[in-house]
Amino acid sequence: MDDLSNYPLELTGDDVPMVRFMKVTKRYGDLTVLDKLDLDVAEGEMVTVIGPSGSGKTTVLRMLMTLETINEGVIYVDGQPLTHMAKGGKLVPADRKYLRKMRSQIGMCFQHFNLFPHMTALENCMEGPVQVLGMKKAEARERAEELLELVGMSDKRDQHPSRLSGGQQQRVAIARALAMRPKVMLFDEVTSALDPEVIGEVTNVIRSLVNEHNLTMLMVTHQMGFAKDISDRVCFFFDGKIEEQGTPDELFGNPQKERTQQFLSAVKEAD
Amino acid sequence: MSYLDFLKEYGPRFWDGALVTAGQFLLATALAIAIALTAGLMKLSRNRIVHGAAVVYIEIFRGTSLLVQLYWIFFVLPLFGITLEKFTAGFVAVGMNLGAYGAELVRGGIQSVPKGQWEAAYALSMSPAKRMWRIILPQAFVNMLPPWGNLLIELLKNTALVALISVSDLMFEAKQINGSTFLSAQTFGTALIIYYILARFIVTPFMRWLELVMRRKLGRA
Repeated sequence: MDDLSNYPLELTGDDVPMVRFMKVTKRYGDLTVLDKLDLDVAEGEMVTVIGPSGSGKTTVLRMLMTLETINEGVIYVDGQPLTHMAKGGKLVPADRKYLRKMRSQIGMCFQHFNLFPHMTALENCMEGPVQVLGMKKAEARERAEELLELVGMSDKRDQHPSRLSGGQQQRVAIARALAMRPKVMLFDEVTSALDPEVIGEVTNVIRSLVNEHNLTMLMVTHQMGFAKDISDRVCFFFDGKIEEQGTPDELFGNPQKERTQQFLSAVKEAD
Repeated sequence: MSYLDFLKEYGPRFWDGALVTAGQFLLATALAIAIALTAGLMKLSRNRIVHGAAVVYIEIFRGTSLLVQLYWIFFVLPLFGITLEKFTAGFVAVGMNLGAYGAELVRGGIQSVPKGQWEAAYALSMSPAKRMWRIILPQAFVNMLPPWGNLLIELLKNTALVALISVSDLMFEAKQINGSTFLSAQTFGTALIIYYILARFIVTPFMRWLELVMRRKLGRA
């Protein structure tokens, strides 16, 4: 069993990362999906996770969103433990209320968008701010309109998701997540369910977020070209571990590990 | 006596009976919806006691005869100090019985909402109650409307049983008229037609309309 007293109650110092995974292990029964993962993401950094399916890369995002529990280790967000809380000078598993408070700092976009079908694009973006942050409707509407403008969806704001294309839905979903003013944004294969011709409209939105906003982002993707373009750092996952990581130039240009080379050449062939 | 004369003579009593039937139907429906929602949500609870209470309720009211339940509520409950007026006992019995069936529809409707919707609401940090009320139930509601249409027609027809505890509904009036005129074919024929009209031309079109409205809200229509 993991001894929680080995982990600090909070992270302090000058260079506290926005996100820190500390010896995080995730198992499903006998299957170990993530094995003592250590991963830091600095504030404002864009980190991309690549790797073969089943390598645990989506699990990393889902654990950060607290959609999955963790078996061992601690995750910190902005220096505070995410999955645990300090109680009587010790870390204990977080209760629901604490989890809800902590995860409100994190926004997530899903592969299948998951917009609320009974609400318009605008209402989708107002739902969180009004219902969770307790914002006034007029203020939430103003912010939602700004964000829809940012993702280029202003003209469709009164449409329901069923009237929007996949690319448009995903852009609204990005605006919906941003409306909560998260410190960390997670993108889980956000272009995988899209038709090739609309992938660009979503990647352009993400690109503009990277260039113009100081958001910390963690992205799982199968689009190597896109990852290479916009990431500060790329992590190659294999078998529940980070096999290799580095800047896009290092990882794509000169991979050191054999598995990384194999994966990248297999992906290249598929393209 | 021609059928027209028969209607002239007894029409007002059929009308009165139909109004009572409509009242029983509306009140029993309201009760059934409230019970279905409560028991359906309870059945999804992870708390064993809450879950168990819903299962027991559904088993009892779905697994035994509505007529016996009606008699229990009207004749047996007074022995325990709970006396209900016959009109109340009537719609309470029908509502509680159909509510048990409705609970399964609510449960199924909620479970039919894709997992991604739960996750998206969770990712927005919504509380479980708000997630259920604002995100899951509105979508579950649309999914369960067609089976609810069937259930409400069933409920309407089941209200005829309240005649057996002397609630003066359509069936009760028909029995009375038959008793004094012995015109069985005309009497029960008329009752049949009125039940059919209520179901086919009021309940069904209303449910269709509701479905359309809800689908429009989802932007599907």
